[in-house]
Amino acid sequence: MKHFLTTDNVSRDDLESLLDLSDEFVEVLGRPIPKVPALRGKTIAMLFFEASTRTRLSFERAAKALSADTMSFSPSTSSLSKGESLKDTALTIKAMGADALVVRHKSTGAQWRIADWTGLPVVNAGDGAHQHPTQALLDALTVRQHFGTLDGLQIAIVGDIRHSRVARSDISTFSTLGAEVSLVAPSTLLPVDLDGWPVKVAGSIDDVLDVDVIYLLRIQAERGGASVFPSLPEYVSRFGMTRQRFDRLQENAIVMHPGPMNRGVEIAPEVADHPRARILEQVANGVAVRMAVLFRLLGGEVHDA
Amino acid sequence: MTQVMEAEEIDRALRRVAHEILERNKGAAQVILVGIHTRGVPLAERLGRAIDEYENVKVPVGTLDIGLYRDDLDRRPTTELGATAMPEDVTDRIVVLVDDVLYTGRTIRAALDALTDLGRPRAVQLAVLVDRGHRQLPIRPDFVGKNLPTSSGQRVTVQLQETDGKEGIWIEEKA
Repeated sequence: MKHFLTTDNVSRDDLESLLDLSDEFVEVLGRPIPKVPALRGKTIAMLFFEASTRTRLSFERAAKALSADTMSFSPSTSSLSKGESLKDTALTIKAMGADALVVRHKSTGAQWRIADWTGLPVVNAGDGAHQHPTQALLDALTVRQHFGTLDGLQIAIVGDIRHSRVARSDISTFSTLGAEVSLVAPSTLLPVDLDGWPVKVAGSIDDVLDVDVIYLLRIQAERGGASVFPSLPEYVSRFGMTRQRFDRLQENAIVMHPGPMNRGVEIAPEVADHPRARILEQVANGVAVRMAVLFRLLGGEVHDA
Repeated sequence: MTQVMEAEEIDRALRRVAHEILERNKGAAQVILVGIHTRGVPLAERLGRAIDEYENVKVPVGTLDIGLYRDDLDRRPTTELGATAMPEDVTDRIVVLVDDVLYTGRTIRAALDALTDLGRPRAVQLAVLVDRGHRQLPIRPDFVGKNLPTSSGQRVTVQLQETDGKEGIWIEEKA
């Protein structure tokens, strides 16, 4: 594995193998000393051209638990604000001795360009509304921990699908792993063309309360998500995971959310805090899957002498 | 390829090693057997069964993957990991590491590092099925199934029923 840019076209075997590796890192993170020397001497640069707290911290924690060094970068304090091009920024960081880059960017495909320019292993930590592959892995791991497998499960993704890179990565990952995915959203928040997507579409959250997993998405105001439905109360009435709807879910069903949550909008506060909401487990699993990805990219790739 | 040990001989050697572990530690009360992936794991389980047979003590058996502790990660494509699982806390116990072949000592060096991250054993001992010599580090085994003088141009192959579907130890010249 040279890069981790997308979950599209990743085979089921490769996904399962990454999840198995992630399970080993869940064990490492549960130890009294949750740190291994696997990537000692490697430097991983975090290039977050778009604001992020949880993903950046999660990657940093993952890198450090593997004993790698990290360099961090935020756009407001960088030379980007002085007009430096993306290419020059990437090459500059390579010249400082980075062994791999973790990149978030608001433009679709920026990571592919950076991979070409630098020749370094690149992990996509989110590109625009396109892909967020490590989020999909941590989501799949969270589902697998609860059900043992994704094969044959019904998973509904509810909310702002159109602007969601999480949804795009999750849909391909969940369906590759054998789950059936339904999308639930106002028609204005569905992608324009769903042709070829391995999904069913439902018009209200009430149509999918018999699924195994309800995956809630945030309305992304920063990508224009809030302007396309009449009002928040109306959104809640058709798409919100209220306490009443939660009580109608199957006994073993779980609720997930990639965060950050808007309590009282897509998820009721009592639901968010319920043990069958796996939101904090998702966050914890994020560190383990990012360790697995970084270890795959940097640990033991053959540069044989 | 020359066969140097058959299934029956491996069985006898392991039984002797089980007795030696009991003798050295005056029983098995404090002992945890820890098998190093891949073939150390079934060997540790076999030693555990033998000790149970002689002393009627169930010795905890753990597994250790040293893939994250290698000093040659840059040189070997070993990004698949086996499970690391300790049935009990290793702190203040006598850990007997179990592996199939002792050669350069680098695997054991990595295993000692891995073990240190899991706790602080009272003592660590090393049991191997085959010691083939050529150490590159100051490491020696406590219990040896068979001392097998080899040259570094030779390859030692251990196969076990549990992992390979057949059983024996072979030695051959490297191509």
